[in-house]
This record gives sequence, structure tokens and C-alpha cells, in this order.
Amino acid sequence: MASKNLIEIKDVSFSYGKRLILSGINMTIAQGQVVALMGISGSGKTTLLRLIGGVMRPTSGEVWVNGVCTNDLDQAGLYQLRRQMGMLFQFGALFTDLSVFDNVAFQLREHTQLPEAMIRDLVMMKLHAVGLRGAHQLMPAALSGGMARRVALARAIALDPMLMLYDEPFTGLDPISLGAIAQLVRQFNDTLGTTSLLVTHDVAEALDVVDDVYYLADGKMLAHGSPQAMRAHTNPVVRQFVYGEIDGPVAAQYPVGDFATALKLRKQCAA
Amino acid sequence: MLHRLSSSVSALGAQVIDMVLRLGYATRFMLLTLRQSTTCLMRPSLIVRELYYTGTLSMVIILVSGLFVGMVLALQGYQTLVTYGSESVLGVLVALSLVRELGPVIAALLFASRAGSAMTAEIGLMKATEQLAAMEMMAVDPIARVVAPRFWAGLLSMPLLAALFSAMGIFGGYIVGVVLIGVDEGSFWSQMQSAVDVREDILNGVIKSVVFGIAITWIALFEGYDAPPTAEGVSGATTRTVVTSSLAVLGLDFILTSFMFRGV
Repeated sequence: MASKNLIEIKDVSFSYGKRLILSGINMTIAQGQVVALMGISGSGKTTLLRLIGGVMRPTSGEVWVNGVCTNDLDQAGLYQLRRQMGMLFQFGALFTDLSVFDNVAFQLREHTQLPEAMIRDLVMMKLHAVGLRGAHQLMPAALSGGMARRVALARAIALDPMLMLYDEPFTGLDPISLGAIAQLVRQFNDTLGTTSLLVTHDVAEALDVVDDVYYLADGKMLAHGSPQAMRAHTNPVVRQFVYGEIDGPVAAQYPVGDFATALKLRKQCAA
Repeated sequence: MLHRLSSSVSALGAQVIDMVLRLGYATRFMLLTLRQSTTCLMRPSLIVRELYYTGTLSMVIILVSGLFVGMVLALQGYQTLVTYGSESVLGVLVALSLVRELGPVIAALLFASRAGSAMTAEIGLMKATEQLAAMEMMAVDPIARVVAPRFWAGLLSMPLLAALFSAMGIFGGYIVGVVLIGVDEGSFWSQMQSAVDVREDILNGVIKSVVFGIAITWIALFEGYDAPPTAEGVSGATTRTVVTSSLAVLGLDFILTSFMFRGV
């Protein structure tokens, strides 16, 4: 039996004023899957993630999460939905005035009436799962980038969410931390029965742990398929991205006029 | 010429529209803060924690400044009063100046520069480092959890700090006037006791400091929440907090004083 779609994005477009960011996006994520949303910087990945989280509303189209259309939800409805979501921000976004323990306990204290002894046990279990039980007394300023990301991951899964959103979880990490985070993403998804959406441009790590990949380019969904399919994709834009080639249809340089003309060299040569 | 004039007028108009929009946005922010205050009023520990940061940590600067201001007031006051042989009312001069005017105003200016700027910088940085966005994603309203407790803490701290400033100033005036210069101690205290009215002077001073507390905290919180999430944005917001709230305190002081002490 096919599993239910946890996320359905139907013909979604989004623009900031007159600037079109996303256009005609369609996407489905089945329950239990780990899906990567890839694309170069500025392609609209984070915007799409924010639309799913209800942080922004689409200009047109519909975003459905767990059978609920987020377009028309008020703040109370959104908060109700977000209690079932976890989000890992690019640099962790830990609360700098709270210790590691209090960061992980934050949602438990805000949304549940659990006794402090039980909160302590739950927090220690989550920290143990990310390998940082021994760091529970530290303040965020004392953590390395990789540790901060793992604490943020423990905080995001504190309430065992049905959906995990990862915004560039691998950015700026050393190879060991990066591998550890990638494995944790897969492990939590499988053991907690979560569904995960990763916004990333770290191809190698992401393709190793995900079930499905969507590729965004210039606000449009350019490709979709399994990691193997993406590796063998024939579209030159996708190939250039997957294999990190410098030469290809996507130019590294920002569009600009001829440099020689800008330096007035052409006129002098002609003279 | 006509074109330049027209573009200048249009730029001025745009600035005025921007200012009115911002004022509207700030008012909406304030109303939202009041509406979302139930969370922190039900959990006083959130306010107590902020009282420590805004109130307790501002005490040193308030007490030291109050002492010096009181000492200077006594010195200057004595120089003038002694000319008319009225040095016995030195206590009245020091107390009334502090309780009615200098206590609330200087304490508010110091509060704006120490606690107000800290509030703006903290909230601005929380926004820049996505801590507020993370809170939103955890279904916790940042206005209820971060802004409202700070607002109530600021509102409660300000009158207490102003009272401490005035008390310390009177003590400074006593040290200079009575202990160092030698004004009669009995007349210093008794004249003060008979001249300072609880309702006319002390209560009006308290009302002033409450109004200043609301204004400063509102400006500081709004500037932090509205700050562009960059280093430059946060530094600009912090500067605006100090400048705007200092001007607001002085402007409000004039308005309040003109209403309170009309008949005196």
C-alpha cells in the first residue's frame, strides 16, 4: 500500500512585490521519507521551506501539510500545526541566554505540563541521542559549530515531531560533524517515524541519506527523482550542480557588461 | 529648478509617510504586546528574570549618579541660598528638585542608555541569529515570550530606580550640606519634611517615572524587534533607542510638568 502524502504543494507561486521567487511548484512528500530539496543559492529553496512551515503564504497555489491547507490558517491554527513540526536552522539558532539543557527543555516546558523530573529524563535522552549528554550544562557560546547543530537537532526533536524541516543543516561543518549530522537525520527519521525535508546544496552527503530529491532552479522545479536518478540525470544544469562543475549553463559570474569596454580599452585599441 | 524643488518636496513627503507608517506599526506592536501579556502575567518568573536584567543591573549606575547629582545640587544650592541667608531650606531645594524633576528624568535617561540599549541589542541579535524565528517555528509567540516580560519589567523597574536615585541624591545632599558644609541637620530634615507633599510631589514624580518607563521600554523593544537582521541594523537600532527615548523623556517631561505643576 502506498504511504500517505504528508506534504502536498499544488501549483505554488510566490513573489516579493514584483519579484517572482517561485513559480508553479508542485511537490509531494510521502510519510516516512527523507527528501532533499536542492538547488544553487537563490533558487528559492528556503522560501519553499518557509511556505511549508507557514512562515510565509504563497501568492497563489496551495500548501497542504498532514491534510491541512496552511494558506488560510490563523496564528492559532499555524501554532497547532507547528507543534507537530521540528526545524533545524542553518546555524542552529540556539537561545544564547539558555544552557544546552534548557534549550532542549524549552518546548517541553512551553507546551507540556510534564514534571521537571520527567523533563530532565527526556532532555537527557535527546542529548544522549546526539552524543552530547555530557554537554548539558554548557552555554551555547561554549559549543563548536557541529555541537551547536547537534544540540539544535536535539531541541527540534524534543516533542517527537511528525515532520522535520532542515535548513542547510550541513553548512560550515567539518567533515566529521557533517557525516554525524547526516547520519542523525536518517537515524531519527527511521526510529521516530518522522518525515524529513532537507534544504541543502551539499550533494554528496545528502544523496547518501535521502530517498528522493527535488531540484529547484530559478524558482521552478527542474528535476525530481531518486538519488541514483539525479546522479545519472541528463539535464546539463542538474549535472553541473550534482558534479560541481565550473563550466556549464549556470555561470558563476554575476551578469555584467564587457570588461574591456568598461575600462574603455576597445576605444583606445580602435584609435 | 522646478524639478529639483518637486523632487525635494516628494522626498520630504516620502519621509513623512514613512514616519507615520512606522508610528502606526509601533502602536500596533504595543497593542499586540499588551494583548499577549497574559502569558507572562500568569508566569511571573519570566518578569522576575527580566527585572534582574533591567532593574537590578541598572542599580549601580543609578545609585552612583544619584549620589553625585545630590552632592552637586547641595553645593550649587548652598552657594545661592547663603546669599539670601536661606541655607536652612537647602534640604527642601535638594528634595524637591530630585523628587519632582531630576530623579525621574535623569534616572530615565540613564535607564534608556543602560537597559534600553541592552534590550534593543539583545532582541535585535535574537532576530539576526534566527532565535525569534526558531521560537515561532516551535509554536511559541516571541511577543508573548520575549517582548511582553521585558515590557512589564521595564515598566516596574523605572519608578523603583527613580525612587532610589532620589533617595541617594538626598543622601548626597545631606553629606555635602550637613556633614561637609555644616548646615543645621534639624532644619535640613524638618524643612524638607514639611515642604515635600506626598501627592503633589512624590506621586507626580512616580507618575512621571511610570510614563518614562513605558516610553523607553516601548521604544527599545520596538527598535529591537524591527531592526534589520545585520550588524549595522542592530547598531543603528541601538543608537535610535538611546536618541529617541532620551528625546521622548525630555519632551514628555515638559508636557507632564506643565499639567502637574500649573498652579504652583
